[in-house]
Amino acid sequence: MERIVYRELRSTPKVWGVMALCAAFVAAAGAVVLYVEHHGHIVTGMNNQIVWGVPHVFAIFLIIAASGALNVSSIGSVFGKMAYKPVARLANLLAVSLLLGGLAVLVLDLGRPDRLVMAMYTYNFTSIFAWNILLYSGFMGVVAVYLYTLMARNVDPRALKAASLLAFVWRLALTTGTGSIFGWLVARTAYDSAIMAPMFIAMSFSFGMAMFMLVMILTTSITRRVYSPELRTRQARLLGVFVAAVLYFVIVHHLSNIYLAKKGAYESWILLNGGIYTALFWVGQVLIGGIIPMILLFHPKIDVKKGYVLLAALLVVLGGFAQLYVIIVGGQAFPLEMFPGFEVSSGFSDGVINEYTPEWIEFVLGFGGIALALMIAGLGMKFLRIVPENLSDDNVDPSLLAD
Amino acid sequence: MIIPTKEKGAEISRRDLLKKGGAMATVTLASGVTLMSFGGKAAADGLKPGARWGLLIDAGKCPEDCSACVSACSKEHGWEDNGLDTDPQWIRKVTLREKSSGRENSLPVMCQHCDEPPCVDVCPTGASFKREDGIVLVNKHTCIGCRYCMMACPFKARSFVHEQVTDQRTASPRGNGTVEGCNMCVHKIDRGDGTTACVEACQATGNNAMMFGDLNDPESEIAIAVATYASVELRADLGLNLGVRYQNI
Repeated sequence: MERIVYRELRSTPKVWGVMALCAAFVAAAGAVVLYVEHHGHIVTGMNNQIVWGVPHVFAIFLIIAASGALNVSSIGSVFGKMAYKPVARLANLLAVSLLLGGLAVLVLDLGRPDRLVMAMYTYNFTSIFAWNILLYSGFMGVVAVYLYTLMARNVDPRALKAASLLAFVWRLALTTGTGSIFGWLVARTAYDSAIMAPMFIAMSFSFGMAMFMLVMILTTSITRRVYSPELRTRQARLLGVFVAAVLYFVIVHHLSNIYLAKKGAYESWILLNGGIYTALFWVGQVLIGGIIPMILLFHPKIDVKKGYVLLAALLVVLGGFAQLYVIIVGGQAFPLEMFPGFEVSSGFSDGVINEYTPEWIEFVLGFGGIALALMIAGLGMKFLRIVPENLSDDNVDPSLLAD
Repeated sequence: MIIPTKEKGAEISRRDLLKKGGAMATVTLASGVTLMSFGGKAAADGLKPGARWGLLIDAGKCPEDCSACVSACSKEHGWEDNGLDTDPQWIRKVTLREKSSGRENSLPVMCQHCDEPPCVDVCPTGASFKREDGIVLVNKHTCIGCRYCMMACPFKARSFVHEQVTDQRTASPRGNGTVEGCNMCVHKIDRGDGTTACVEACQATGNNAMMFGDLNDPESEIAIAVATYASVELRADLGLNLGVRYQNI
């Protein structure tokens, strides 16, 4: 068994090719931001009924995936599974880069992104949004310290343990904050539930692990490094458990809603008659993002089926986007119930399902966020010693994997 | 009878609790970043002390084909609804049909000027704020256009300005990329008109379905009407203590 060696990525056409591709997406998103800034949100598909659209789906996906990616390193440092240690650096880097990508999309979709500084010095402590500003910026600092303790020489193991524990608690707080953006909205039938916070934590475990594995597979394959099949298999099985946990929360959430008569109309709409939202729920979220990945990940031959792992991780990500679209857009599409017992109509879409057709520029902004996250991660791997060069099964302690 | 309001006393309100807890936690967690104001409070100079401005709307007197209040608001504040989903709507007419009986009704809906406004709770910068006299407003200078208040409002009372605006009224500044809504004609109240554009218009039609006044003044016409005849709040289940009340829904 050799010592794990971390090396910067070498300058190869493939590495720079991926970077250039990401840069092109980021540039396109930048152009979209200027375009929307100039014309106003009139050029997007969003309106006064669907106020958060595709950009929020991308932003929130990236933000919760960020906290989930960090788990990969927490499993090593907090829970003592040393087999995960060699990939801890990448997990930390990815946590920061995904968060930056998500926040960029969130901020650039504001009506007045130029006023962001306003959110730094006029502050409302009753707003979970405002709290998230502290939680997100604090997360970057905490993860940076954690990364330092992982990378520096002669660091007291107790410092590493403390930093990793703080980062783990912080990430739980962060995702609780993100879920509570929705959970604490009393006005809307689709939200207004404390389960949003733990459900978002489960989603972060799942989406973060999937994103981590995709980046790991991509990086090791274009740099011809090894991704220990033992570790990959172990992570794949864990991803399967996380996917199941998400489904569990989804089931409990919907069953609880169905039990409440006042939420019955919403449930029968979203689960049966909601058109695109119903399709995205059953086909996108449950089938593509849940059942199929679980079949793949719990396949008895998963250890030799690298393609299954790749496909499953991709499907989990796609299902995650579908789930967030259903939560964010579907939740707004269902009309607000202001007059129980009455049918309502007005010139302002009262009593009807709100319509939203996303414009392509919203997707460009969203993909720009993903590209920004990958570019930051790529540059980090290029210039820092993040990715192990010799992560073969022989170098991952088998006794630690076996338990 | 007087509309019950909260007295400042030994009891601590939910918002105070959140705010103080938040402040303390922040000082502990991030002592370096506390150079910031603690929520928005309007300057209450020149206001009627102890007032809580409100509206009483009698749906029984509001004909379905009348939208004088909506037109008056649009003219007063310079917003225009051309039927697009992106157009603002500070006040709208809603038609109700009782599912069990088929009885039809009509009424205007606007910002309900909650005593416990969810929009104020969620606003990250404190741009959404409530004045001492109960009027809920948006500070257009500190609104960053995040639209979280629109997600939180149970009444769809807020609109987002989706494009450049021209021909603005001096008293109602508006801005692309910020959120806006009924401000209870705060400029008229502050200059002592004692009414709002929508109420004026409604009274001019002779329908007299809308009444404006100080809910906290037991001598006021609105307080007497509320004390005499049954009226309801929308979404009373949320416990927001609204400044707008309805009769004969």
